[in-house]
Amino acid sequence: MADTTATQRYEPGKHPELPPPRLASGPIYWVRENLLSSWYNVFLTFIGVWFLWTIVPPLLNWGLFDAVFEAADRAGCQALGDGACWAFISERYKLFIYGFYPEEERWRVILAFVLLFVALGPLLFDKFPSRGKAMLFSLAYPFIAAWLLLGGFGLTPVGTDQFGGTLLNIIVGVTGIAFSLPIGILLALGRASDMPAVRVICVAFIEFIRGVPLITLLFVASTMLSYFLPPGTSFDLLLRVLIMVTLFSSGYMAEVIRGGLQAIPRGQYEAADSMGLKYWQSMRLIVLPQALKISIPGIVNTFIGLFKDTTLVIIIGLLDILGMGRASLADSKWAGLSNEVYISIAVFFFLFCFAMSRYSLYLESKLETGHRT
Amino acid sequence: MASIDSTARSAQTDDGQRNIIARLWYDKETRSIILQIITLALLVAFIAYITTNAIANLKLLGKTFSFDFLNDPAHYDINQTLVEYSSTSTHFRAMVVGILNTLLVAFCGVILATILGFIFGVLRLSPNWLVSRIVYCFIEFTRNVPVLLQILLVHGIVVHLLPQPRVAQESANIANSIFFTNRGVFAPMPIPEAGFNIVIGAFLAAIVFAVVFAKWAKAKQDATGQHLPVFWICTGAIIGAPLLLYLMLGMPLAWDMPALKGFNFRGGFVIRPEFLALWLALAFYTSAFIAEIVRAGILAVSKGQWEAASALGLPRGRTLNLVIIPQALRVIVPPLTSQYLNLTKNSSLAIAIGYMDVVATIGGISLMQTGKEMETMIIVILFYLCVSLTISAFMNWYNRRIKLVER
Repeated sequence: MADTTATQRYEPGKHPELPPPRLASGPIYWVRENLLSSWYNVFLTFIGVWFLWTIVPPLLNWGLFDAVFEAADRAGCQALGDGACWAFISERYKLFIYGFYPEEERWRVILAFVLLFVALGPLLFDKFPSRGKAMLFSLAYPFIAAWLLLGGFGLTPVGTDQFGGTLLNIIVGVTGIAFSLPIGILLALGRASDMPAVRVICVAFIEFIRGVPLITLLFVASTMLSYFLPPGTSFDLLLRVLIMVTLFSSGYMAEVIRGGLQAIPRGQYEAADSMGLKYWQSMRLIVLPQALKISIPGIVNTFIGLFKDTTLVIIIGLLDILGMGRASLADSKWAGLSNEVYISIAVFFFLFCFAMSRYSLYLESKLETGHRT
Repeated sequence: MASIDSTARSAQTDDGQRNIIARLWYDKETRSIILQIITLALLVAFIAYITTNAIANLKLLGKTFSFDFLNDPAHYDINQTLVEYSSTSTHFRAMVVGILNTLLVAFCGVILATILGFIFGVLRLSPNWLVSRIVYCFIEFTRNVPVLLQILLVHGIVVHLLPQPRVAQESANIANSIFFTNRGVFAPMPIPEAGFNIVIGAFLAAIVFAVVFAKWAKAKQDATGQHLPVFWICTGAIIGAPLLLYLMLGMPLAWDMPALKGFNFRGGFVIRPEFLALWLALAFYTSAFIAEIVRAGILAVSKGQWEAASALGLPRGRTLNLVIIPQALRVIVPPLTSQYLNLTKNSSLAIAIGYMDVVATIGGISLMQTGKEMETMIIVILFYLCVSLTISAFMNWYNRRIKLVER
């Protein structure tokens, strides 16, 4: 080919038309490149299509087209269609959200939830207007929320045994997140400390926490913790659970932050020392800002894990959203609807956790300074 | 630092009134010792405080701290046991059954999760857009939903969607020997007869042969460059030799077939729905995390390695096997360890669906029956600590081994 074109001479404008170039864009090219590039790829595509074909239509039929959204009970559902019975969920969703929180006081829960986002705003986004002042509100938020939820000082008191549903998940999750970060930082610093006694204590604590499942710690909180207090004292089960969950996640948090501390070059520590900074000054001003920045993805992952783990409180009898779901399964009017209940709860957790992991990706890309260390 | 300190100190000796504690405080080494003593003293005081409280509380309740209850009869049934157990057995026996059940589900879960995780991780990186998207959706959904919920969901599906034994007899079975029912999966149980030991012996001999042969082939390849089909020869020896002997000896294996008696199947080998649900849920949940770890590990191998391998003419499969995966394992193994640990710890959620693991037996029913909260919780905690330490010791050893291979 090459030499024929080289020897062949044409008058200007007399060259015969060449075939069009091979498709390099457009949907057909895309399909050929991404789905059908080799026999192996064709096979995979075939498997994928077959999988979607067997899974998606029945699921859509069950969850959407044959589903019943309004009925008085299970029998009513079955009379109207053989798909999912979402009527159950729409009847019970308030119970799933608030638990047994008194009906007329529920505005307080909503208010606390809305204020949570107001408090989170300045912490999560650095372009938040007048961030400094807004931070003060974030610091005060835990007390405001506790006052709103528990009552007292002019509001009707509500006992923690009436907390339930998503309210409980969010309380346990947010408290754990808020307190485990500072404790985790202290533990990580202790683990990296020069003082052998401090280091050994921190290592022992972290390894103990990480070696034991959360539910054994919750069992300890519910059955054993009162043994270690002076005789006659006992305190709220929810508070005990909060303490255990916080300790648990701070063990994991410490390991994440330790990774960040180890990634800081030795020179940073030495530079801080040579500037004459004291230990806490050098940590606060030089080391931790860099270490925390590196460990943000890990921190967010720990938060996601913690939020998912809040469901474990059902094992010791607290009724979070999963507990409420299971408890309402016992209703004979609606017997046998476990799939509907579990799937709706799964969707709830998926939305929250997926949003958190997207946020972590956003932070990662924002903090990516373009060079890898 | 020290010289500045001493000059400052000498300048201040004129005052003569310098506090000795302050002077100790400003010396770095002494201060560190003081701080450590204070920390230890606080720790000892804390331990002493909770111990005295515990002693006082136990006395108040009239309880003693002893592990004697382990020798008392347990008086409860366990539906799935690996060793012999009846309701007249001791609490200690119940604990052993629970521990074995935990280890069983953790072991099976780790194997299935690793296989699935590697498959999903590789498929996630597949050039095929459709497959990569499907796997992505699966991974994101599984990772972002609590494992307890998944266990309950799978248990609900197993119990509600699989048919009753009577129906399974007609429809849900494979070759009328494996039955899928809501009471569990029933499969034929092999019972060895006379002569079967020879087959087992042949199997073990074939494994030894395979190991020796692989070493010899490797040495030969290193020396001469000649490549032998090691994989096929070893597989042939391990599967072929026992199979041939088995057929020659006239198939010395009886099968205990499950049969429908009354409302349920009797006989055969049973996988209980609780075990099935826990195993599948834990394996799928962990596999999503492993898939992400595998993906990150493969991506961490630099592109030049792929290019160098393809410049040497290696096809994609051998590039992965010989070049990419050995290097990726270095990145994969440490986080993989913690996933194995997580799976083992998550198996404690068995209690939610009634699988009798160590938390459900000794930390659940035994605790309720004997009222020995402290002793039972100590046993459970010690058990998990031992397992965690063992797994991380093993994985550290493995990690060191593969680290030696490269660089």
